Amino acid sequence: MPQGNVNMEITDKLTTGRPNLEVYSETLSAMAAENSDLLVVTSDSRGSGKLVPFAQKYPEQIVETGIAEQNLVGISAGLASCGKTVFATSPACFLATRSLEQIKNDVAYSDYPVNLVGISAGVSYGALGSTHHSIHDIAALRAVNNIIIVAPADNHETLMAVRAAAASNKPFYLRFGKKPMPDLYDEGAGFDIGKATVLTDGDDIAFIAFGEAVAPAYEAAQLLYREGVGARVISMHTLKPLDNEAVIRAALECKAVITVEEHSIFGGLGEASAAVLMEEGVAVPFRRVGIPDEYTVTGSQSDIFRHYGITAGGLYESALRILKSQLKD
Amino acid sequence: MASCSDKELEIKSAVLRLALLKYIKNANAGHTGGDLSCIDILNVLYNDVLNVSPENFNDPGRDRYIQSKGHAVEALYVVLASKGFFPESDLETIGRYRSHYVGHPTRHVNGIEFNTGALGHGLSISAGIALAGKMDNMNYRVFTLLGDGELAEGSNWEAAMFASHKRLDNLVAILDHNTLQITGRTAEVCNPCPIDEKFRAFGWVVTHVDGHDIKDLRSVLRSVPFVTGKPTLIIADTIKGKGVSFMENVVKWHHGVPDDGQYKAAVRELELRIKELDDKTA
Ligand SMILES: [Mg+2]
Repeated sequence: MPQGNVNMEITDKLTTGRPNLEVYSETLSAMAAENSDLLVVTSDSRGSGKLVPFAQKYPEQIVETGIAEQNLVGISAGLASCGKTVFATSPACFLATRSLEQIKNDVAYSDYPVNLVGISAGVSYGALGSTHHSIHDIAALRAVNNIIIVAPADNHETLMAVRAAAASNKPFYLRFGKKPMPDLYDEGAGFDIGKATVLTDGDDIAFIAFGEAVAPAYEAAQLLYREGVGARVISMHTLKPLDNEAVIRAALECKAVITVEEHSIFGGLGEASAAVLMEEGVAVPFRRVGIPDEYTVTGSQSDIFRHYGITAGGLYESALRILKSQLKD
Repeated sequence: MASCSDKELEIKSAVLRLALLKYIKNANAGHTGGDLSCIDILNVLYNDVLNVSPENFNDPGRDRYIQSKGHAVEALYVVLASKGFFPESDLETIGRYRSHYVGHPTRHVNGIEFNTGALGHGLSISAGIALAGKMDNMNYRVFTLLGDGELAEGSNWEAAMFASHKRLDNLVAILDHNTLQITGRTAEVCNPCPIDEKFRAFGWVVTHVDGHDIKDLRSVLRSVPFVTGKPTLIIADTIKGKGVSFMENVVKWHHGVPDDGQYKAAVRELELRIKELDDKTA
């Protein structure tokens, strides 16, 4: 059963919200008003992080390191060790892997609660090319002990995740894109770190997705609904610790499972879910939709999504295909 | 802090050298050469400079010590044990199954602030702590120990730039300038010199000290910061393997472990040194 107060009815059209990054920045401003120990640390990234309003309002609470991501993370760890609530904010492509050793040692191993915020994640930077894509950040960070990984799908998840990260005494990695995101939750809905949200119920196909890939899965569910196919859309906002229960339930209750991610299919949500199912002994038709192991196709984020089938239409077809192939057997 | 004489600290250094060799021998592993090059610095820091003790270790106002060259952990362990952070007998477990006393510093050990040992991390961490001190109007100081081989890590230079930009005069980096690293002479591996000019160009105040001269170390380490608004680099000229004649300036002792005969010879030499110092005192 879906948990909390979520959109049970598959509405015809999702209302368009704002970019999650804007909500991130506003949430920080709201928290900074009450917490003078809250700091944002940036690596020449306040503009891309939508943090200019924050910087104007709280100039004493933003630390600029210049374009130096390793230093950004080390400094953030030092600040956090002195009791500061730190949001180290930098493009995901640089933050997650250029600074991976600082994340591993200074933050996770040393156990200081830095909130690492990867902005313009996945292929948000689209046509800038692969240097600016982060389709490996989840894979890299999943293998690091002692870090909670959250990739919010919409404005509501963003607000809740940012507040949860600030309140936690554990290291966090938050991952945001830049596109305006449709609202997937009702006002006042719940949200728990580590507990996936079932956005639509259904028992034909399950889409397990995170971040900006959740909305297309939701739209695919709308299309499938019209065909009489029940699709369960699960927002797996927390990649670590993964909600194993939700994965297992989806596989037991649905005829097939499709994972959807704006990430390499290596080391991401698909592999994580598959491992959960294998260890549980649950066999189910299963497919990973994401970025394959090749030079990523060039183009905008929407072009790339379309190319790899991370769209309503693409996922609709993937669902019908996997369900059909199952009928044949 | 109860003040000891130079002579007392010199004896202490020899005693600490004996201790670290004992535990390296016991564990059959350790970074012997670097431990011996930095032990006088640590001795002076913990016994004459740092406002840090087991009693105030959770006090936000304590001075901080971050050992960026984490591999010289045996030196840190014996100093922390002698300050009462944990019983010295704990060090018999160095490197053992499930022991917290691993080959690089971790916060599982009382008295240690950060898990270090991957090189090029300590200066950034220290800059963050120093910045927090400035923000909170605390007057603690942050000391970090760097290796000269470590300066090849680019992150040091990111941190060096940041620290002067932020005018972190509460930050003191001490360079254990023993001129050797695991492959050979640092000047031949990838020459970091002139180190002083480089740091000055980055906006730091740089001074030199004899890293084995207790009197010199005391006077320099106690008089930082030298210039308001500038971070300080103290280049401590040291000898890798210092105090055990056959280890001095010999690359293989970077992480060499003495055999039984070598160990006995080292102990003899250090005990003789202690006796000489005792005699002088008397
Ligand atoms: Mg060296």
